[in-house]
Amino acid sequence: MLNSLADPMLPTPFRVLKVNRETGDTFTLTLEPPKGAPPFAFAPGQFNMLYVFGVGEIPISISGDADKPETLVHTVRAVGAVSRAVCGLKKGEALGVRGPFGVPWPVAAAPGWDVLVIAGGLGLAPVRPAVYHLLARRPQYGNLELIYGARTPEDLVFRRELERWRGRFDFRVHVTVDTAKGDWRGSVGVVPNLISRTRFDPAQTMALICGPGVMMRFTVQELLNRGVKMENIYVSMERNMKCGLGLCGHCQLGPVFVCKDGPVFSYDRVRDWFLMREV
Amino acid sequence: MEMLEPMLAAHPFLQGLDSRHLKIVAECASKVNFNAGEFLLREQEEAGRFYLINAGQVAVEIFRARGGPVAILTLGEGEALGWLWFDKPYHWHFDARAVHLTRALALDVKALMQRCEQDHELGYALMKRYAHLLAVQFRVMMLQLVDFYGK
Repeated sequence: MLNSLADPMLPTPFRVLKVNRETGDTFTLTLEPPKGAPPFAFAPGQFNMLYVFGVGEIPISISGDADKPETLVHTVRAVGAVSRAVCGLKKGEALGVRGPFGVPWPVAAAPGWDVLVIAGGLGLAPVRPAVYHLLARRPQYGNLELIYGARTPEDLVFRRELERWRGRFDFRVHVTVDTAKGDWRGSVGVVPNLISRTRFDPAQTMALICGPGVMMRFTVQELLNRGVKMENIYVSMERNMKCGLGLCGHCQLGPVFVCKDGPVFSYDRVRDWFLMREV
Repeated sequence: MEMLEPMLAAHPFLQGLDSRHLKIVAECASKVNFNAGEFLLREQEEAGRFYLINAGQVAVEIFRARGGPVAILTLGEGEALGWLWFDKPYHWHFDARAVHLTRALALDVKALMQRCEQDHELGYALMKRYAHLLAVQFRVMMLQLVDFYGK
């Protein structure tokens, strides 16, 4: 896929328009391209390399709406030096952007099918653009369901949006946490356990999964148990992406480069590497 | 009681149970409703009934003296509540409270155990289902312990 920006190795300085605090350590940044630059075209599931000048560069999935390319949205958890610096940016400050990179969710390839979107923790951010895409074209799909899990209610991201989505009659949203205090009205348990509460035709179902490896592993297993075909299960892999172009080899996973051949893969393509403990 | 048999047969927990056994189970069953906030089970209480949930949501909780109740699991339509009712000392280990209005089939534990002793085929059919239920719950609990969505 072609990049929106001219030279894929050259960061373009975007300006921070807005910062929303999602949880104690997770922030959503809305970025604006430089004056006169074209809208930032991307497909759901792609990522950018975000560069905090003088600190470093990290790969972050785009969490905004591909149908609204006037601004760019990223959701970042502050866990390392660069991500902490990204989360510390204030309105008006600059952030370098390279991208978009990678293979997107194949949402356009599932007309008439049931679609299960399954996310854990911050994994909701990379699938959110896919949800926007599906909802904007709702009549083209069968049953749509989202299963989202987090450790506690305080760790849920995009809470207001989740509530809005839950209010729709054409989109079933299941939210679960590992533990909760008395005032929580949602589910408690793990994501794979909620698959039994969803409705889908296994022969015509596409599943999009993003979350920590252990969560994806058990979720894939449950979907396979329920008859969903391997080639219709898509996972978003996370590796140490550096160049974003498949040149440097940092994100190699067996025969593929996650930055160029992924991050979205059909499960049948990466199954052997997905289950291998040494890689 | 005739009304209960189709409801029992439709519940995933008893799916596939033959009609003779369904009839016996129906003799131990009754329909119950719980309003939001109402307890289905209390820790240390005698395990008198276990529940096949038809609608609603139930939170299984542990009560902490200082922190109040913590939900460790929720169960909904098609799921069974009440584990180890057949194991001594025949009392509950957790609280369970309706989160929303919940409709269920309550099964009288003493009556059911008596029927299982009289009819080992029924006992085996139920134990197979309970073994599966416990295996699923065990796996879920294990996954909750590994920090599934860890940073």
